[in-house]
Amino acid sequence: MSQYLHFLKIDAEKCEGRMKCMRVCPTEAIRVRDGKARIIEEKCVDCGECITACPNGAIVALTDPFGELTRFRHTVALPSPGLHAQFGKEILPQKIVAGLKNLGFDDAFDLSLTCGEVSFAIQESLRDYTGPKPVISNACPTVVRLIQVKYPSLIDQVLPIDTPRELAARELKKKKAKQLGLKEKEIGTFYLTPCPAKMISIRQPAEKGHSSLDGAISISDIYGPLLSALEGVEKDGYEKDLENVCILGMGWAMSGGICRTLRIKDSLAVSGIQEIIKVFDDIEKGKLRNIEFIEAYSCHQGCVGGSLTVENLYISFNKVLKLIETLEFEQIKACPDIREVRKKYQEDYYFIKGKLEPRPLKPLSDDLGEAIRKRKEKENVYQQLPKIDCGACGSPSCMAFAEDVIMGESVITDCIFNMPQQFKKLSKEFSSMLEKSIAMSGIQTPDSEKETKKGKS
Amino acid sequence: MFCDDGLSQHFQIRGKDFSRAGRVSTTIKEILQEVGIDPIIIRRAAIACYEAEMNVVMYAQRADLILNLTPDEMTIRIEDEGPGIEDIDKAMQEGFSTATDEMREMGFGAGMGLPNINRNADTFWIGSILGKGTVLIITFNLKQAGRT
Repeated sequence: MSQYLHFLKIDAEKCEGRMKCMRVCPTEAIRVRDGKARIIEEKCVDCGECITACPNGAIVALTDPFGELTRFRHTVALPSPGLHAQFGKEILPQKIVAGLKNLGFDDAFDLSLTCGEVSFAIQESLRDYTGPKPVISNACPTVVRLIQVKYPSLIDQVLPIDTPRELAARELKKKKAKQLGLKEKEIGTFYLTPCPAKMISIRQPAEKGHSSLDGAISISDIYGPLLSALEGVEKDGYEKDLENVCILGMGWAMSGGICRTLRIKDSLAVSGIQEIIKVFDDIEKGKLRNIEFIEAYSCHQGCVGGSLTVENLYISFNKVLKLIETLEFEQIKACPDIREVRKKYQEDYYFIKGKLEPRPLKPLSDDLGEAIRKRKEKENVYQQLPKIDCGACGSPSCMAFAEDVIMGESVITDCIFNMPQQFKKLSKEFSSMLEKSIAMSGIQTPDSEKETKKGKS
Repeated sequence: MFCDDGLSQHFQIRGKDFSRAGRVSTTIKEILQEVGIDPIIIRRAAIACYEAEMNVVMYAQRADLILNLTPDEMTIRIEDEGPGIEDIDKAMQEGFSTATDEMREMGFGAGMGLPNINRNADTFWIGSILGKGTVLIITFNLKQAGRT
């Protein structure tokens, strides 16, 4: 068993080994062996690219089933701003909250105000920050894991402020327990998630702390039932709650949503894990030092592009913008009290409790001398390969294959380009062996007969 | 220059090739990660290597970069064919730069290159002949910090 939990499972029956997942994996964590894909757990950062890529639907995200709710005395749904992005201005956030209550949650809590509050807290912490720049947002759990695995030297640049979903769940548990006279563990807090990565961040927080959320339900699972539940919602049932909707926080679902709430000179919003890798490479080389804050999302366009959403990501991105416009027009703009936030910030209310530790990949060997020897060997193997990264061997690139060979997980003849050469070499060896044994035994072959005839004439 | 008991790798850097600039330092960073060098040393090496690579891209025609890695130390030697440096002492001062306006527009030429290499390396040697080229030898001591 690996020490890292993942909520991606490959259904071996559905998997036909078509290698699409292997090719899109940004950390080269997938190999196809004996016609089936498998995940190298230490390398996986839970981005979910493989889920979207699989043509057979063989890779599934294990989020919580709806039935989990019965484990708790009182349940609260915390919809990600990504849920509102599915509906846009046609169905306002508070109608969704009311709809969720119809679905069977005892309560539902819109995160936008907390998101706005955290935006202010981020601003405070950026003001106090004196370390190397830029500070990197921790809103996306995949980005945090990518840093742990591939960019451990950037770990101190990750924002130490907790995410809105965690802060809200912590607060709700406390509040509800007091109100209802229950224990905190009897209150179930469920995040409605646009991606599997949030699920993992709940079960195994990157910071080794304890999550205040009890589970995550995928937006794609809840979308259908929610649509029908919305039909029964009366307007006066939710109108007054609209006052709590904060337009600052509404944008958190999309790339650039945090940056636009911060009053800082230079910030950058990046989305798409391959793009993030390029930007992080630049940061490690000492570039981008004039940027104060980087908002990075593994999915394109931010959480609206999550693999567990329903709507096309460009459409939902636009829906968020239109929703914000509508709310502004309707003058619905609750705003967190900045003095209150500052006070809580001073009391360390917003800071993440656990410490973020790197989880660098295992080196080729624990002994440096041996590791260097192996790296040399890897280069030698790589030089024999065609370097076209065809993937037919079941490894995502020739470089990855070279490593698999020296680590004993593949053999060089798995490369179809090496097979003919290898075959030639073997057949040469074989024929020379044959000749030798013929010569020793003194058998007359057609060739030798000819030669003797020639000699006579 | 190649050593027997460690890993030696040769890279070429082309002058004015801005779109590919930085690839060599990324590759070197990945090699160091794979053998398990301390992340702090990797970052210092990546910064030094990138600055050196950028100097070649900005000023020289081409360069050979040789990476030598043994369990004790890592050496990066960059030998370029280029204009050379007129006054090394001056070039080592922070803020001194001969970069053109175009280079500055691209965010380079802050006059931090050589001093930045010097700051990140454990030892740094530089030699230059005007009109011929420049040689940099940058070393990192790998024994100083515990391995992670």
